Amino acid sequence: MSGEVVERASYRKGARAVFAIAATVWFFGASFGLLARAAGWGVLAPFVMSLTTFAGSAQFAAVSILGTGGSAAAGIGAAVLLNARYVPISISVASLFHGPRLRRLAEAQLIVDESWAISSRGSGRFDRGLLIGAGLLLYVAWVSGTAVGAVGGEALGDPKSLGLDGAFPALFLALLVPQLSDARAQAAALLGGAIALALIPFTPAGVPIVAASAACLLGIGRRP
Amino acid sequence: MTVWLVVLVVGLATVCFKAAGPVLLGRRRLPDALSGVVALLAPVLLAALVVTQTVGGDNELVLDARLAGVGAAAVAIAARAPLPAIVVLAAATTALVRLLA
Repeated sequence: MSGEVVERASYRKGARAVFAIAATVWFFGASFGLLARAAGWGVLAPFVMSLTTFAGSAQFAAVSILGTGGSAAAGIGAAVLLNARYVPISISVASLFHGPRLRRLAEAQLIVDESWAISSRGSGRFDRGLLIGAGLLLYVAWVSGTAVGAVGGEALGDPKSLGLDGAFPALFLALLVPQLSDARAQAAALLGGAIALALIPFTPAGVPIVAASAACLLGIGRRP
Repeated sequence: MTVWLVVLVVGLATVCFKAAGPVLLGRRRLPDALSGVVALLAPVLLAALVVTQTVGGDNELVLDARLAGVGAAAVAIAARAPLPAIVVLAAATTALVRLLA
């Protein structure tokens, strides 16, 4: 089998792995479109935001801040803080991307919490096919959900009443557990979780996650 | 106008954040001193995501039905249930507890 065939099979595996979560993401995309439309964003702006930003929490934050009379600077500040975690996240998977710079730039846009988490193989290793396959399906779900929600989302109901906000932490927990195979990873995860927990009441959303990444310094100077 | 400013600036910033590793680092190997740090990114950020998505609120800790969903997921994880089952069980438990509360 050629490398390309193997990679295609791996893309499909990635897409299958996130199928349930992609359905959840679709509903959240729809509720983002609906909320943005209700906040006076029209149809095109939420659609363009989902195409370019492709990160739920930052997009919800921007809509809710502008919707409650916040300034552009406040909306931008919160959303940028929320997405700053993608700097360490993208560094962790940097070696999976090759080819011309523009291609790497485009493929990197498929990095999102769920595709990144599902592609993690422990000890700092990641699977490129899983990341791309999962990322593509999640991207299509998020963007198409947004479009449907912005055009006519009233009929879909509130994702919270379906418990969908409980699905995301469950996914991340399920993907965290296999990573805790050695004592250093356990200590780092515990410290990171504690930092995030301690900061939630005192900092804007987004800061707890970025600050938690300091717990990675437990690995300084040690081979994985 | 304000909306488009936010959409464009946040979009541009996020594109750059996501491209930071793949475009600037590419396949270059990190120095050994740093590779141990990067290896811990996944467990640390996943733990932080679990915490913020379970009890995170608007500048406050919020204990609500999500906790029950994550608790049910923990049981399913311990029982080695497949991933889609874990996700669906968590959503169903969250919805049920919210309905009853």
